[in-house]
Amino acid sequence: MPIASIINICLGLLLAPLLLGIINKTKAFFAGRTGQPLFQAYLDIIKQLRKGVVYSQTTSLIFRAGPVIGLASVLIALAIVPLGGVAAPLAFSGDLLIFAYILGLMRFFTVLAALDTGSSFEGMGASREVLFSALAEPALLIGLAAIARETHAMSLSQMLPAVSFLSPEVVLVTVALLIVYLCENARIPFDDPNTHLELTMIHEVMVLDHSGPDFAFILYGSALKLWVLGLVIIGIVFPASSGSFWFISVISAIGGLFFLAVIVGIIESTMARLRLIRIPQLLVAAGSLSLFAFILVLR
Amino acid sequence: MNSAIEIMMILLVLSDMALLGLSRLRTCISIVSFQGMLLGVLALTMQLSAITPRLILIAAASFIIKGFIFPFLLRRGIREAGAQYEIEPFVGYIMSVIAGLAMLGISFWLGAKLPLFAANTLLIPAALTTLFTGLFLIIARKNALNQCLGYIIMENGIYTFGIVSVAEIPLLVELGILLDVFVAVFVMGIAIYHINREFDHLDSDRLNILKG
Repeated sequence: MPIASIINICLGLLLAPLLLGIINKTKAFFAGRTGQPLFQAYLDIIKQLRKGVVYSQTTSLIFRAGPVIGLASVLIALAIVPLGGVAAPLAFSGDLLIFAYILGLMRFFTVLAALDTGSSFEGMGASREVLFSALAEPALLIGLAAIARETHAMSLSQMLPAVSFLSPEVVLVTVALLIVYLCENARIPFDDPNTHLELTMIHEVMVLDHSGPDFAFILYGSALKLWVLGLVIIGIVFPASSGSFWFISVISAIGGLFFLAVIVGIIESTMARLRLIRIPQLLVAAGSLSLFAFILVLR
Repeated sequence: MNSAIEIMMILLVLSDMALLGLSRLRTCISIVSFQGMLLGVLALTMQLSAITPRLILIAAASFIIKGFIFPFLLRRGIREAGAQYEIEPFVGYIMSVIAGLAMLGISFWLGAKLPLFAANTLLIPAALTTLFTGLFLIIARKNALNQCLGYIIMENGIYTFGIVSVAEIPLLVELGILLDVFVAVFVMGIAIYHINREFDHLDSDRLNILKG
């Protein structure tokens, strides 16, 4: 069903910024505020797209290429992840490695662009980002490997519909992936998306110098990343049976994503940001959960 | 029933990993207490079809002594010593967890080699992992309370190992081990008090100073 998979991609492109709105609404609810409008992320992106760009004289081509390559990478990732039991348009055997490393490419160019500005703050953020992603990567890859081994498939489009959530290994992987999800998207136990104190931020500090359409690309790219990684978790927790009607399974998967956004909002409202020293420990814990699941699957 | 045992074994291994990675002594004591209660329930679950008074005695002894009496003694030790954290362990917390994962792998390899019959393939690896975790904590931590915890965790491993062949192990042996550990924790509690009074901290490696 190629049309269905194209519709899935369009749904992702349209609905991804809504996840940010849901997270912010949940946080506002917990804080007893009205909060920003649900569609604020769309408005922000449109506003930034209409503005002009300011480039520092010290920056080079890399700084301009960073946001574009970042958005392009996450778009490729969007074409790899299946939604609602429908095979993704770019599905092939071994695409889970491409999926992990295309997101790595996105991060790599964000880091390069941050270093290119020559700002000491952005260099600090880049250093932290690289450290934490190096620790999150094993957790993600080993977790995906455990699921691949469990379902005897090497493509995300075959793995995710085949997995059954009821085995303990899969529960372990899901918890590990949830921790990776929060880390990769710079959400609260790792990074506070609201803070603008340079000393404590990680992701936000790297994009301080981007403006106008470049910044819109970055905002949209991070919303899509939230969507794409969320789809992997939702694919594991709510596996769509291939026999059922496509439309219903897509709706339930998107509902699951919105639910995941609410959970992220609840985590952000009830937890404080971890101290920087603590963050590697949590990521190593996620990695050990993944590895334990992998050993259990190998048995 | 088999899946219930499997979930318990996974919880046991996860609690081992948590013990390797956490520094707050109170949390560690709570986890060890949880392990003790888990093992008490496990003994009953294993032989659900043939529960004997002997089995109930073993399970109840584990549940009460490890779940409630040891934590009480250890918490009192903390209160008297005023020690909340392990300050500088010999092996750092992240390295400890990585070592724990290596021990987990070795346990699975060893468990596959051992010619033992177990109701569940996870039982022996989990028992070995718990045993190794206990040993590792005794070696890698300086704080006398943490070493005491390591001792209890090691006994938990032996106990799990014993459950595999519970029909063959005499009651007296099992109760003897439990009594040994009980006395050990009691004596360690007194030792901790004296180490603390003499040195103002619980680092057992400073005991070397006592050598003439």
